[in-house]
Amino acid sequence: MTTPAVAPVDEVPPQPISEDPGARNNSLAAWLLRIGSALVIPAVLILFFFTFDFLKQEDTNKLLQVAVAVAVGVGGIWLLYWGMDRAISVMPEQIGNAVRPFAFAGPAMVLLGFYLVYPAVNTFILSFQSADGDEFVGLANFQRIFTEETYLISIRNSVIWVILVPIVAVVIGLGFATLSDRLGKRSETVAKSMIFLPMAISFVGASVVWRFVYNFRPEGFGEQIGLLNAVKVATGTDPVDWISIPLWNNLFLMVILIWLQVGFAMVILSSAIKAVPVDEIEASRIDGANEWQVFRKIVVPSIASTLVVVWTTVLITTWKVFDIVFVMTGGGFDTSVVAERMVTEFFTFGNDGMGSALAVLLFVAVLPILVINVKRFQEQERLR
Amino acid sequence: MASITFDKVGKIYPGGNRVITDVNLNISDGEFLVLVGPSGCGKSTLLRMIAGLEEVTEGELKIGDRVVNDVTPKDRDIAMVFQNYALYPHMTVFDNMAFGLKLRKMPKEEINRRVGEAARVLELGEYLQRKPKALSGGQRQRVAMGRAIVREPSAFLMDEPLSNLDAKLRVQMRSEIGMLQQRLGTTTVYVTHDQVEAMTMGERVAVMRKGRIQQVDTPRNLYDFPDNLFVAGFIGSPSMNFIYATLEGEGDEVYANMAGDRVKLDRTAVAEKSALANYKGKEIVVGIRPEMFELVAAVPSADPEQTISVTVGLVEQLGSEAFIHFVKPSPPVVTPDIRELLADQGTDAASLGNETKFTARVDPDFTPKPGEEAKLVVETQKLHFFDKDTGDAIR
Repeated sequence: MTTPAVAPVDEVPPQPISEDPGARNNSLAAWLLRIGSALVIPAVLILFFFTFDFLKQEDTNKLLQVAVAVAVGVGGIWLLYWGMDRAISVMPEQIGNAVRPFAFAGPAMVLLGFYLVYPAVNTFILSFQSADGDEFVGLANFQRIFTEETYLISIRNSVIWVILVPIVAVVIGLGFATLSDRLGKRSETVAKSMIFLPMAISFVGASVVWRFVYNFRPEGFGEQIGLLNAVKVATGTDPVDWISIPLWNNLFLMVILIWLQVGFAMVILSSAIKAVPVDEIEASRIDGANEWQVFRKIVVPSIASTLVVVWTTVLITTWKVFDIVFVMTGGGFDTSVVAERMVTEFFTFGNDGMGSALAVLLFVAVLPILVINVKRFQEQERLR
Repeated sequence: MASITFDKVGKIYPGGNRVITDVNLNISDGEFLVLVGPSGCGKSTLLRMIAGLEEVTEGELKIGDRVVNDVTPKDRDIAMVFQNYALYPHMTVFDNMAFGLKLRKMPKEEINRRVGEAARVLELGEYLQRKPKALSGGQRQRVAMGRAIVREPSAFLMDEPLSNLDAKLRVQMRSEIGMLQQRLGTTTVYVTHDQVEAMTMGERVAVMRKGRIQQVDTPRNLYDFPDNLFVAGFIGSPSMNFIYATLEGEGDEVYANMAGDRVKLDRTAVAEKSALANYKGKEIVVGIRPEMFELVAAVPSADPEQTISVTVGLVEQLGSEAFIHFVKPSPPVVTPDIRELLADQGTDAASLGNETKFTARVDPDFTPKPGEEAKLVVETQKLHFFDKDTGDAIR
């Protein structure tokens, strides 16, 4: 857990962030008070955890427990913050102003560090260890990932997912957004709701739904109940086991995620399209643009930043996808993806080392996209 | 370049809401016509109908000899300047201006020449690579103008292009647009709600109210010969004073009895307005422009039969002129639009009280003090007379 960086006095940017002299009080006393105030609440919470047995008793009235938990949790935290605020206000003003931000933001930082940073660091360490974590194996886990076929297939599949799903979802979403924008108010709402509906379904739920679309029964195991195969049978062709066709089966799984994400892309892009000033569109029509040119040269550039945000958001979701593959094929038929492989390693094979290595891979691969997003965001803020 | 002709043009929105009624108007080639009227009068709608952004639901609209009712905006060969400029934020100034030309697949050299020329005229040369965001309001306005100019269209349409500028810049741009239009000689239709802008810029001005054109004429004629109470009240600042008066004949002379003030009318003026004879003994509305008053102190030769006594209310001393406000004990003149406005608010004319407010523009050297009695002479050869029921001018 790093403490927030405080620039040395001679490197303070030309425009001081705060006119408050207390903000730059870097005396030892101030720092001790800052750290202390940030640790008070987490310390109390930990103390509570080990001493307050009432909430752990199994034979007491549950409702009462809930009531006490809420009262102590909400009221107690409020009381602690209030108490700290009082304590700070009796300090000399200089010190008080220096400590106050840490007293309020500090506890959250400490707790976040405990729940987020510590596991992340631990995962990183685990990735260099053996299956049960009792010896360091160096880069061996990563070496396996990038040499063994099982893992390479997962990576290959993930890359295909990450390339195809975001682009297709964004393109279809943009199409729906543009077309629905031209409908009447009511039909637009209805159309958009229909397309958005899958967003409300969990990935697992959606996968179960699509199992019925792709369902295949070998001969002698009953009638074809899968939607696609029902169509095939009705048209007189032989049913197909969609999920087991190499490479294509990946695409069939991707369709599920696209189906889930198009609604998201459409809703965000639709509001971006609506924010393009009507005047600009009318001006371009008068300037001689046809509808396609209006879309291509006015609407799309105007919503470019939203397109990037939607694209990266879907991309990150796609990169982390696990449930769809897990439910549909369990990673079989060469459909495994990295996130799914990670869960399998952790929980099916109990190989913490490999699982952590895959987790690190997932995390590192997302970093560039995060950087792009943040940079882009800063750029926008600067132009604003 | 082309003329624009409205032939019995009307517009009804799908819900049955009528916004334009029976517009007949011929804007000749190269003319600068201003559409002016209060907000909601349909002037912008009419302009957008020329642009093709609003459908013409009745009658026929022609640009040149071509009926354009069903022609898309891009094929009408017109350029429009929008109130908020509608620049493309993601394009540089150059690209904003060149957009229409690029769409028409014009050769690069020609595009560069035209944009360069427009940038020179509009003094935008050094900003060509900037985005609109980095420009001031006045500069954006110029870019919008430039975008229209480079197209060399058959007509310019301008929808309140100056309303987002500060007062000083507005006056400056007003004359610049005027000069530009004269130089280019392109037919221009200019929409504004500001009657000063309309009067100073338009060769002809069309005054609109509730989707109908009230009067189309030169600024001077609109001012001197308004067709009805609405035009008379809308054109001119401060507005024309209105008061109910009874026409009384006495020998060869005609007097207007305005709430007790008897003013002898100018004989030639009465003779010219032949219809006035039909109103003898009846109540009409008399319109008096503020400058038709003068202090008797400044005009010693004034005819006593053409003077009125007033109690000075507020005095506005502007140096070159002075405005005196006073009231007369007569119910205020209620025009049809005021009656409608009152009806919308759920009241009627009675709520306006029993006093008519007047503004007089007088010689600043003889200005009386508030509260003093003053004698004002009325220049009766330039009075306006209106039928009190229809609001039409009596001529």
